[in-house]
Amino acid sequence: MSETAVARGLGDELTAPAPGAGKSRGRGPFTLRNLLLLLALALMLVAPIFVPEFWLRTGFAVFGAIIGAIGLNLLVGTTGQLSLAHAFFLAVGAITYVFVSGSPGGTATAVDGLGYPPLVGMIAGVVLAGLAGLVFSPIAARLRGIYLGVASLGLVFIGQHVLNTWTSVTGGFNGRTAPRFELFGFSFGSDNPTLFVANVPFRGPERLWYLGLVLAILAYVFAKNLLRSRPGRALQTLRDSEVAAAVMGVDVQRYKARVFLVSSMYAGLAGVLYALSIGSVAPESFALDLSILYLAMIVLGGLGSVGGAALGALFVTSLPLTFQQYADKLPLVSQPGQGGVSAGQAARLLFGLAIIIVVLFEPEGLVGFGNRIKRLGRRGARRTTSHRPDPTAEPTPSPTPAQGSTT
Amino acid sequence: MTTFLTLLLNGLSLGAIYALIALGFAVIFKASEVVSFMHGSLLLFGAYTIARLNESIGFFPAFVLGVLATAAVGLLVERLLINRLRGAPVISLAIITIGVDIIMLTELTRRIGSDILNVGHPWGGEFVRIGGVGITENRLYAMLTAGILIALFFAAFKFSSWGVAMRASAEDGETAALMGIKLGRVSALAWIIGAGLAAVAGLFLVGSPTPGVAPGVHNVALRAFPAAILGGLDSTGGALVGGMVIGIAEAMAAGYQDQLLFLGRGFGDVVPYVVMILVLLVRPSGLFGTKELTRV
Repeated sequence: MSETAVARGLGDELTAPAPGAGKSRGRGPFTLRNLLLLLALALMLVAPIFVPEFWLRTGFAVFGAIIGAIGLNLLVGTTGQLSLAHAFFLAVGAITYVFVSGSPGGTATAVDGLGYPPLVGMIAGVVLAGLAGLVFSPIAARLRGIYLGVASLGLVFIGQHVLNTWTSVTGGFNGRTAPRFELFGFSFGSDNPTLFVANVPFRGPERLWYLGLVLAILAYVFAKNLLRSRPGRALQTLRDSEVAAAVMGVDVQRYKARVFLVSSMYAGLAGVLYALSIGSVAPESFALDLSILYLAMIVLGGLGSVGGAALGALFVTSLPLTFQQYADKLPLVSQPGQGGVSAGQAARLLFGLAIIIVVLFEPEGLVGFGNRIKRLGRRGARRTTSHRPDPTAEPTPSPTPAQGSTT
Repeated sequence: MTTFLTLLLNGLSLGAIYALIALGFAVIFKASEVVSFMHGSLLLFGAYTIARLNESIGFFPAFVLGVLATAAVGLLVERLLINRLRGAPVISLAIITIGVDIIMLTELTRRIGSDILNVGHPWGGEFVRIGGVGITENRLYAMLTAGILIALFFAAFKFSSWGVAMRASAEDGETAALMGIKLGRVSALAWIIGAGLAAVAGLFLVGSPTPGVAPGVHNVALRAFPAAILGGLDSTGGALVGGMVIGIAEAMAAGYQDQLLFLGRGFGDVVPYVVMILVLLVRPSGLFGTKELTRV
């Protein structure tokens, strides 16, 4: 690790601090950025009081997706291991939760369940998904780049087969319902115990919103810290050059296994939240489509950036739901069953297009666009002074993959 | 024994179709370093175009036009997207084809809707019996056509100036460019061939015993991925072998389903992936792929 890299850990954007731009970019607890973050957090905390139920449900789905996307981004964006198996690890988490916390019975097909408290189920889901990742990692460690991508594709299809076949656990083709989440007697799915805040009844969606918010923030902070720590830097070096990483004393195989573990644990938690948000699990929810959507999230948001993953998850998850909600008001989008482009299809077309545009023009994704605007602002400020550091001098390693890096 | 031979023959014919698709993967990968995740859509597009045109202009013109149209899509993607990203990481290139795939698949699925289109092959779904071993006519023709196309391809690859240019640029792009080989042209041609082969494979894949053109065909194409990977992505011969191995393994698993019931019904569909992962465990670059060497 070079010293610039270590210094970079102190401030997220510690390029040469430009004079004249210090007002918004100085360090300290009261930067504009932090204030904005606090404001956003405060808004999210009071949101359930004002926001209608539909958006709270969407929000919970987004929080789940954020967790999953952060996990995938650690693997693909930070470490450069292309994985299409994310849907599989989500499935492991979701199914484990449903099995461990669900009760035996079932309407269409008989299913088993262990009936433990939901918290145990959630933890088991995360742990088991992590273990699945760890089991896969020896295979992953042997494969590079695109070979890994396709091998992980196989995992999704094998997972689908297991989900369809192992009916006593998964409920088979039709799936099974997911038990509601509950924490020490406080239910997140019903009115028990009844709760009013500012005269607004806090029912399932309101409570789930907070659960999602807390988990997403924890996931975000953990990933941020991980990236700034020594292991995080090791992972970035691994992406840029395995040889260089090995020379620096990074145990390549071990770090690959660990990042698989962490990434699939994130996926497991995302899977549990997914089950909670849909209320049931079915094999078709965890098909290749889901992996591709997650890939779309991190590519659109910005490979290697934790905030980017969150942005991408927000965009990809909420877009189809928003389209559905406003289908009658949008041009070109038709109601279901009328021919024409349905809301879901319109959203998919838009993702496809967005992926192509991002890869072609802004490989750093939404975060890259943001940085570009920031840089423009900074350049304007810099022009007033004569001091002009080279804007292309980026400290290494950058948090995002270099355009020419071999992966 | 007859069952075994029947399964073997059917596996070979399925393998021939997989080999066509896998060959497309390999050619494209060799020429432009792109792993095309959009092959499923190309295949579906080819089959769809043939099925639609067949209604108005008859089968053979529709077939020719369908293959040409698919090749044109391949060329378009190469010119508009891939060519601009020369030298970009393999992962970016793969991701951009995923973007194209999402768009094409969504639009095709929308157009097909819930119908199952019929391509209208002039040959029916009758069984042909060769000494007690049965195979549908469609699969028999598939095997023959694939055999001819693959032979033609390998001849061209070995002897034509394009083949030489292609092998040279795959070996060492920079030197090849210095020798006057136009890398852009090689890569464009590779995409034309890859997409065209996918369309031909699509034609046979939607024929008997498969019901017709439905969006599910997209998934079948993904099973050719293991074929390409198994043989080694940068090996054209490997694509052929990989296709056969996957085809036979899948046919066997489907045929002996009753003996394999402990693995669950429909295990045949996942056999390609199981085989692929097993092979990759032993040989991380596939059976015939170039080993990645790292020089320090």
